[in-house]
Amino acid sequence: MSRDRLVVGHNVRKVDGVKLVTGGAAFTDDVQIPGMLYGKILPSPHAHARIRRIDTTKAKALPGVHAVLTYKDVPRVPHTTAGQAWPEPSPYDTYLLDSKVRFVGDRVAAVAAESRAIAERALGLVEVEYEILPAVLDMEQAMVEGVAVIHDEPDSTKIYDREHNIAGYILREIGSVEQGFRESDYIIEREFRTSRQQHAPLEPHVTISWLDADGRLVIRTSTQVPYHCRRQVAMILQIPVSRVHVIKPRIGGGFGGKQEMLLEDICGALALATRRPVKMEFTREEEFYMARSRHPQRLRMKMGVKRDGTVLASQLTVLATTGAYGSHSTTVQGNTGSKVLPLYRAPHMRFECHVVYTNTPVAGAFRGYGCPQGFFAQETLVDEIACELGMDPLEFHRKNVIRLGDTDLLSAQLGEGKEGLPRLVRSCGLPRCMESAALAIGWAQKRKSFPNGHTHLRRGVGMACTMQGSGIAGVDWASAFLKINEDGSFFLQVGASDVGAGADTVLSQIAAETLGVSLDKIIITSGDTDITPFDVGAYASSTTIISGGAVNKAAGKVRAQVLALASKMLDAPVEQLDCGNNEVFTTCACRKSVKMSDLAMQAMYKEKFQIMDGASHFNTDSPPPFCATFAEVEVDTETGQVRVLHLATAVDPGTAINPMQAEGQVEGAVAQGLGFALTEELVLDANGAPVNPNFLDYKIFGAQDMPKLTTILVETDEPLGPYGAKSISEVPINGPAPAIANAIFHAVGIRIRKLPIRPEDVLRALHAERPANLEEELLTR
Amino acid sequence: MFGSRGVFVMKTMELHLTVNGISQNWSIAPGELLLDVLRRQSYFGVKRGCEKGECGACAVLVDGKPINSCLMFAAQAEGRNILTIEGVADGGKLDPLQEAFLDHGAVQCGFCTGGMVISAKALLDGCPDPSEDQVREALAGHLCRCTGYLKPVEAVLAAASKRKPRARRAKPVAEVAR
Repeated sequence: MSRDRLVVGHNVRKVDGVKLVTGGAAFTDDVQIPGMLYGKILPSPHAHARIRRIDTTKAKALPGVHAVLTYKDVPRVPHTTAGQAWPEPSPYDTYLLDSKVRFVGDRVAAVAAESRAIAERALGLVEVEYEILPAVLDMEQAMVEGVAVIHDEPDSTKIYDREHNIAGYILREIGSVEQGFRESDYIIEREFRTSRQQHAPLEPHVTISWLDADGRLVIRTSTQVPYHCRRQVAMILQIPVSRVHVIKPRIGGGFGGKQEMLLEDICGALALATRRPVKMEFTREEEFYMARSRHPQRLRMKMGVKRDGTVLASQLTVLATTGAYGSHSTTVQGNTGSKVLPLYRAPHMRFECHVVYTNTPVAGAFRGYGCPQGFFAQETLVDEIACELGMDPLEFHRKNVIRLGDTDLLSAQLGEGKEGLPRLVRSCGLPRCMESAALAIGWAQKRKSFPNGHTHLRRGVGMACTMQGSGIAGVDWASAFLKINEDGSFFLQVGASDVGAGADTVLSQIAAETLGVSLDKIIITSGDTDITPFDVGAYASSTTIISGGAVNKAAGKVRAQVLALASKMLDAPVEQLDCGNNEVFTTCACRKSVKMSDLAMQAMYKEKFQIMDGASHFNTDSPPPFCATFAEVEVDTETGQVRVLHLATAVDPGTAINPMQAEGQVEGAVAQGLGFALTEELVLDANGAPVNPNFLDYKIFGAQDMPKLTTILVETDEPLGPYGAKSISEVPINGPAPAIANAIFHAVGIRIRKLPIRPEDVLRALHAERPANLEEELLTR
Repeated sequence: MFGSRGVFVMKTMELHLTVNGISQNWSIAPGELLLDVLRRQSYFGVKRGCEKGECGACAVLVDGKPINSCLMFAAQAEGRNILTIEGVADGGKLDPLQEAFLDHGAVQCGFCTGGMVISAKALLDGCPDPSEDQVREALAGHLCRCTGYLKPVEAVLAAASKRKPRARRAKPVAEVAR
């Protein structure tokens, strides 16, 4: 399009902003339905046990209790809770309710009662006799011969090796790492560990379910995946998909945790059992251990380089635990290899991973989807290599990172639980990302000399480069539908799920731009399975590029209908027409125009024609957004406390459809990455019970804790994206942990390879690893 | 009705208070939290985020002071003046804070926004020209998982100085190199 963009690329307000900022009733729980019951799950107190006897008589007898369900009352359908496209690559190892419990917090029974208090009381009246089984809590023990088998049920499927608690296994190699290491001048291998981070969305999972007047099951729920949820609930409850209606209202944050069918099945089952509306919500405590987390990993990474710093071979060997159920098990871990290793142009790469079951809270999708773990290992290792070679890490990156025109072959081998598609880099702002973020942090000066005098506070700077994808190539797809109204506005219907990141706004901007109308002329409805067309949902950084692609296509088709009618009305050929400012005008000297509203009236009442169309869209490639993260830290050598002073993040998102929102995605991801680096870990006790399921003991960063943030958008033009857009929400979460770890090394000369980096770890390392002459060395730097 | 232990109790009490300028008489149970009563009365802008006073999503002003309504018995609100996020706008006219939150991209999912605006309002009512540190202190009790706090802080500072909406891509707090 030749004209300047009027809506895309502009900092418009969120289209749903006013209701959010005025406290409007917008979220799942912001309704009161007459006769609504309160549903509650009885969580397992044991990490691994068989239910020998379960008696619900007393609970059912409690006045106000309407239903108590156990495994005896519900269909037994093996499934996964992972909200993925069918057929889901995750194992079918989960049941609505089961006679076996596999982690502290697993479902034992569910009740529906007239109030929360009665429901909670009823839980205590369910009599359960458990046969306690040996629990496997340590992932390193999970594959050992003779340990308890967590999924010994015969009907679960797609488990790689149930006898050894292996949910999934991946091995991929490009070239020959053996040869690569042989040809290398310098080889280094290190081990890294990452923690069980929890999404902690401010809105815990909540679902309300009821039967509508036609007896169809309505599910109003905080989900990122309304369509997958509909399909899965129908399968689990054994009712036709057409009898289920999923509504996604405003969502109070998802971050992957709501790419999961978590309460919808059991809430639907209670609604069916009671014929009453039922609400279920996790308390904050339940959200911490009954919802999902990031997969904890142990990563062994080995790299071989030439003396000049050229990377020849990289090998990553991962052990990860998915907890008690295999939600997103192979796909998250696949990403740890496929999106991480190809950042470097090594001819030889090898990725191997075991994903094991343990009797611990279930891991799942979490912003970054395996990459934060992988990049923590890779970028920390690369920093060490550069330092060993006496190279500036920035120079090392400049030399080795993937470039425009490169093809990432590992992605071809490692797709969504199967073989993928090769990834061609058609847009790449990474070099500019590195230079601009380096400048923002003052890299050149601070790397050389820091004013670290004779004090216990030492400063350092560190960096990391990361990438991600934009949708799952060949899997993710979306659709959109548009129709005109009499006033020249358009209804836009998309299956895409705005979970708070601003998708509704970005998709409306794309439609408005293509149709030449102002943003207020687009009325969007999203994520309602009765009203909106299909979309896989909000995950894999897919919404802007895939759903946006569908919107752009649909708007293009509708625009063609608009222009065809305008051509008739203005007596001008279509080639000489354009849309803009809510009208269609001729581009020739005659300067004729018709208002979009007049055109709509003409179509509807004279031509008797509804201007409308829809489109579907998918990509066979997943263009990577790129990111450079630079950190400046101050380490207190007396307490081990690490204070991050400044995080500079430069991201290449393709075109930023809404730069202000794009910056917000970066800043939010950086805050979560900061937590992953320094504070966040759901700790389990010796019995597998959570120790810190609350915001006092599980620390997420607050307004006063945040360092200075610098956000830089390095825009490129991606040929596969609508208006050149790629994605932005995930990639910036990957950088803070390695950049901070590398800055700590620069400050005090120790390598921390375990997350989160706690003061006690730093202090211990300072005492253990500090060479005798380090103090001197630091002082002379 | 049932008490917290599910035992049949008929005890209720009358609560008289003012919410968003309107005087109310509500029948409540003695042990009920202000959060639960407000939500039951359809003040849905008061959010349930943790029920432990840790996240700030349920904040309201009680006689002008920000309070986590999950930490206060409804009965303690007797005779008090409550302001919820629903009462911050003046009819259809948004408060400058709300305008600033929209213009600065300070709203993402919006779940914590009401509480932040409430505390920011209390801050600006007492301190019309706060420093960035004062703004951060006022927002310290409000956990946000979406924004990293930068844009909310910017928004409060902008509302305070009644600056016009920023030009495209200009930033007062963080430097942005483009």
